[in-house]
Amino acid sequence: METLLNDFSPGLFVVSTILLLALIALMVKFAWKPILNSLEERESGIKDALAAADNARKEMQNLQADNAKLVKEARAEREEMMKEAREIREKMIAEAKEDATEVTTKLIETAQASIKQEKQAALAEIKKSVADLSISIAESVIKRELSSKEDQLELVEGILKDITLN
Amino acid sequence: MKVAQKTVKFLTTVVIALFTTIGFALDSDTKYDSSNDGGRVNTKTEVEEYILHHLKDSHDFSLWSYTNDDGERKHVGFPLPVILWTSEGLVTFMSSEFHHNDDGHVIVEKKGLKFAKIHSKIYELDKDATVAVFDKEHHATNAQKTFDLSITKSVFGLLLIGVLMLLWFSKLARQYKTKKIPTGFGRVLEPLVLYVRDEIARPNIGEKHYRRFTGYLLTVFFFIWILNLAGLTPLGFNVTGQIAVTACLAAFTLVIYTFSGNKEYWMHMIWMPGVPVLFRPILAVIELIGALIIKPFSLLVRLFANISAGHIVIMSLIAIMFTLKESLGVVGATGLSLVLSFFILLIEILVAFLQAYIFTMLSALFIGMAVAEHSEAH
Amino acid sequence: MVTYNLIGAGLIVIGAGIGLGQIGGKAMEGIARQPEAAGKIQTAMIIIAALLEGLAFGALFLGK
Repeated sequence: METLLNDFSPGLFVVSTILLLALIALMVKFAWKPILNSLEERESGIKDALAAADNARKEMQNLQADNAKLVKEARAEREEMMKEAREIREKMIAEAKEDATEVTTKLIETAQASIKQEKQAALAEIKKSVADLSISIAESVIKRELSSKEDQLELVEGILKDITLN
Repeated sequence: MKVAQKTVKFLTTVVIALFTTIGFALDSDTKYDSSNDGGRVNTKTEVEEYILHHLKDSHDFSLWSYTNDDGERKHVGFPLPVILWTSEGLVTFMSSEFHHNDDGHVIVEKKGLKFAKIHSKIYELDKDATVAVFDKEHHATNAQKTFDLSITKSVFGLLLIGVLMLLWFSKLARQYKTKKIPTGFGRVLEPLVLYVRDEIARPNIGEKHYRRFTGYLLTVFFFIWILNLAGLTPLGFNVTGQIAVTACLAAFTLVIYTFSGNKEYWMHMIWMPGVPVLFRPILAVIELIGALIIKPFSLLVRLFANISAGHIVIMSLIAIMFTLKESLGVVGATGLSLVLSFFILLIEILVAFLQAYIFTMLSALFIGMAVAEHSEAH
Repeated sequence: MVTYNLIGAGLIVIGAGIGLGQIGGKAMEGIARQPEAAGKIQTAMIIIAALLEGLAFGALFLGK
């Protein structure tokens, strides 16, 4: 302890205190403050840049998700459209079919009706012509002298041959 | 910018060159030749004295000395100014007036006062005395110590390292203005600054307060470290081995943590909550002694003792060259000394960093204790 | 007088040596057990060692 105190120089203590105070003040003012400030600035810059990159990545992901969603929507829309189109087509076909059958049935009906009418007319004509024929045959028979039975038959046959039944 | 860079480089080189190739400032002293063989250091006691002399502060900057062919003792180095605060006011003269005498035989007269330098300390002789008189233990009986404000070797080293630090770090600070990442020497300094901030200041003081103290801690760290390293060079600085300098550093830390202590810190110091009232005054005494005496004392003594011990060990190992010359032969003694001192030097380089680290770390820890906010009740 | 001082110094060195050995050894054990906490253990070790060193130096200088 004695040596320690003997070694202690108060003058040096005072001088070094003054010099160190000056040194600390100067270092803080001219070195540490600007250095620490720029270091902190740089660190916050790096942090910001990292955050920005993170954000960008997230946005990108969002965008990708959006894209996928859009594609999906478009596909769904297309499908719907296709479905509608198909439906319309089917409907149209069905309608057309219906119309066609209606028309044909109508046509058939009219045809049938006209056939019936014609048939009736034809039958009526046949009836009339048969009646006429019978009458004419009867006339000719009556007109001629019916000498023999054979002649009569010959005559009927001849007449029948002449008249072609239509 | 370019000019500033060049200036820094130039100054750094000049400083290094100044101390390595110094060949001027030769001055001889033939008047006092205390030892018979020209002041050579040979014997064990001489080595011991030489080491003790080195550990002390000196008033001139001597690099080495030799004896020329005429038997004259030559000293290579330069004198430093002596500034004394005496009973007659300020007295200044150059230390060369003592002619490298260190045992009080050379008397310098200034302003009617007589001064003698004894064991690196300048004494003011009594009015009527003409020579210094010593008692048995070699203490001067007719002289008093003066208040010595000289630019001693330590002060010179302190100034030098301070200027170097300012140049280096202000250059680094200027670099940040133009670019984000420093170049050159700044690239070495930046991680060190970051290390002190992130490993010492921030974890020990806490996120909230560390900014206020980082400047001090950084200054102290680099100051101690660079001076420790300078002490290992042949320049022979022993600044951090001066108890006055370490006491000054410890006093700064003491002042800082005493004045930045918050209410809780003082509460815990003076009137410890959670213990019986009877014990509180006893605890307060213990805490106060711990905070105001033991903490700074351990700081100052640790640094001083480590650096002094390092210097003693290295110089003793170098002195093996002379002391074991007879028993081992010149080559053996030199080889042994070189190998041993080389390894100790490596350890000392580590110690130089470690002591700077520990001083800064403990300062940060003490400051952190003072500003910490305890959330839990004790 | 001088011898007593030297004996005291020796005792201090023995004590400090034991203490430093304990600190270093336990720290090594701790690091071996939890290598990921090596940094923290090292810091704590250095601080405690420094405190011990301060105590030992203080005692040495008181006796000097």
